[in-house]
Amino acid sequence: MSGTDLSSEAGFFTSRLEEAIGWARKYSIFQYPFVTACCGMEYMATACSHYDIDRFGAGLPRFSPRQADVLFVVGTISHKMAPVLKRIYDQMADPKWVVSFGVCTCTGGFYDNYATVMGIDTIIPVDVYIPGCPPRPEYVLDGLLKLQAKIAAQHETGRRPAPELRPEIAR
Amino acid sequence: MNAADLIQAVKDRFPQAVQASHSYRGDATVVLGRDSLLEVARTLKEDPAFQMNFLMDVTAVDFSSFGKKQSPAFFTSSGVSVSPSPQIPDQSPWPGPPGSSRFVVVYHLFSLPFKHRLRLEVPVEEDDAEIDSLSALWGAADWLEREVWDMFGIRFRGHQNLKRILMYDEFVGHPLRKDYAVNKRQPLIGPVN
Amino acid sequence: MTQAIPPAALTSRSTPGQVETRDMLLNIGPAHPAMHGIIRIIANLDGEQIVSADVEIGYLHRGFEKMSETVDYNGVIPYTDRLNYVSPLINNVGYCMAVEKLLGIEVPERCHYIRVIVSEISRITDHLTCVGASAMELGAFTVFLYMIKAREYLWELVEMVTGARLTVSYCRVGGVKGDLPDGFAERCHKALEETRRVLRESDTLLTRNRIFVDRMSGTGKISAEDAISYGITGPFLRASGVDYDVRKDCPYAVYDRLQFDVPVGTRGDNFDRYLVRMEEMEQSMRIIEQALRDIPAGPFQTHPETGRPIPAAEMVDQAKVGNIQGIVDTRAVTDPTLDGSAKPLHLFIGADEKRVFLPAKEDTYGNIEGLMQHFKLVMYGHGVRPPKGEVYFPVEGANGELGFYIVSDGANSPYRVRVRPPCFAIMSALPKLLIGDMMADLTPTFGSVNMIGGELDR
Repeated sequence: MSGTDLSSEAGFFTSRLEEAIGWARKYSIFQYPFVTACCGMEYMATACSHYDIDRFGAGLPRFSPRQADVLFVVGTISHKMAPVLKRIYDQMADPKWVVSFGVCTCTGGFYDNYATVMGIDTIIPVDVYIPGCPPRPEYVLDGLLKLQAKIAAQHETGRRPAPELRPEIAR
Repeated sequence: MNAADLIQAVKDRFPQAVQASHSYRGDATVVLGRDSLLEVARTLKEDPAFQMNFLMDVTAVDFSSFGKKQSPAFFTSSGVSVSPSPQIPDQSPWPGPPGSSRFVVVYHLFSLPFKHRLRLEVPVEEDDAEIDSLSALWGAADWLEREVWDMFGIRFRGHQNLKRILMYDEFVGHPLRKDYAVNKRQPLIGPVN
Repeated sequence: MTQAIPPAALTSRSTPGQVETRDMLLNIGPAHPAMHGIIRIIANLDGEQIVSADVEIGYLHRGFEKMSETVDYNGVIPYTDRLNYVSPLINNVGYCMAVEKLLGIEVPERCHYIRVIVSEISRITDHLTCVGASAMELGAFTVFLYMIKAREYLWELVEMVTGARLTVSYCRVGGVKGDLPDGFAERCHKALEETRRVLRESDTLLTRNRIFVDRMSGTGKISAEDAISYGITGPFLRASGVDYDVRKDCPYAVYDRLQFDVPVGTRGDNFDRYLVRMEEMEQSMRIIEQALRDIPAGPFQTHPETGRPIPAAEMVDQAKVGNIQGIVDTRAVTDPTLDGSAKPLHLFIGADEKRVFLPAKEDTYGNIEGLMQHFKLVMYGHGVRPPKGEVYFPVEGANGELGFYIVSDGANSPYRVRVRPPCFAIMSALPKLLIGDMMADLTPTFGSVNMIGGELDR
């Protein structure tokens, strides 16, 4: 299942164990919903009874970064908020994943001005991008499934390929 | 009172303070001198003839590039600007920006007993960007004036706590001024792109 | 960021015979679930009681006013959606009516009714979200789920009319994007019936619930004079006993023809605000039902269909080869994204002003005048050009008086757009509301403020 060259080192039982751990992790997501703006409304709609994120195992938000493993960044991040976001991300324990929910967090959206961070991947590494302004709950669930696939494929120790930094900021 | 009567009443009460007035599109507007603002505002709030108990809004306009926008398209001078139709109450065109100063601080007042609105405009020069604070009269003025300071850089004399409200303290400059570029970023962390 | 207060500056209290205490500075930071994400409250506590509080905002400042100076008049509308994002249609309507006042044009009556209907639907969704979220923060999670379910029905309605659930960009300068679709009235009645059912259930769960009443009554009190001095309007002011509603006192659109009551509270505490919002939802539904009954008939009833509906592409092809006899006055079946804006509907949804409102797609592709009109309104650098001037136009937002102050210098983009945010005034009074209450009362008070970050920080 894991396509990386790490699997050549692992034996049969170790890779089965990794799959089991991956399966367990992907169906018990404790997300930290870092909600700032309009996307929060669609996050609420996804989490509530009509579209129900709970059936994917992600129904329990943990409002402390120490207890959460997925950071859902929902809504525009301004430059005033950016240090707060970085601090929350740093406080989370490994293994942790970041989902960038809404186009304002992916690339800045249409707020190309003095106040907005043009994509949170300039500050923290992101695993899944869910664009949309705001994304429909169906897109969110699709992104969640992709996140689950990523979680399941992760090596047991939480090691993963380094996130690709954008060329102009990779120095 | 309707717009014209309201303007006339203000002019009768403060003949020296009122520099100009108009009621474009039915909005009663009065241009005041900077020194008379506090006295006029106090009278408008407390006098039983006006009873403007709501300070709805305090904002400012930077008129430094008024009318100077170059259109990027061809043939725009052939014009699609709409001229007023006969249904609106005011046929006369707008007299233009009040005064020749760069900034104008605009106050919107509303009277709940009489249901009339008044707009006060006070021209403020760029090199002497100070004006009296109305926070002693209305509690709403506190945060609204802080926002005008943050966005435009106009100081309010007598304000207890004039510091930035929407931007962070390390930000240099005043974003809504016309000479501040819209995407000039000053990030606290992260790259400047 | 605010400077740290040295511990010596905090007040020491000592009563004879008791231990000396010092106030505690508690930071309820921007990343906090009950703060709706983006407010920082720095509370000075004496034990459990809040002695003073300082509120720091601006964590969602997105530069609405600066961005609107860079786009044209119709391009500001998506930015207005994201101001009060739980009731986006009210912001759209407010902005468009302000620009129409500046232009001096009138929209058709049916368009006014459509704007009233969608505004009231937006108001209901706002109050549902506010009451649901504040109930959830007090522990009543069921009520939150029920109200979000009702909100989904209303969002399906909005999606039927505008094409989007949340960020709609439905109004245009001079009208709306499209007419109400077929079968809207039945769907609307059904959705309102479901909403009424949800409201009845929530009412039985909350209004006489001992925990809810105890937590909400008596907390977060503000007197009418203080509220007026801070410029507070809307349900917050009405709960303190002042009867001011922009729809009744400075009516716009067709509100003066509709009958509705404005609920006014007496005590000015959180519980009164909850009751005012619940009753306002019922009144909004009453407005919607009256408007659906009184709306002037669209072309479905009065204009006989002179032709069959034909696909738009076929119409264009026919016109190009010159067969135009059969397609005059025919209704084209256009793309679903252009629903409601076909040619016979056009007179009912937009002002009859060539220089402001886009032509019907049949005209854009059918004749040269329509093409020129479309070009002059849409292409970069051209667009709606109001005369030089300034206007202020207030509408009743879900939180209070939402006013747009627009200054134009005759160019194609606005010179200055200022939005007077209703919850800004309420938040500036928050330090005063919190003084004297206990730490745990901060949550219901802040929940009943209905702070919407997009509107507060813009």
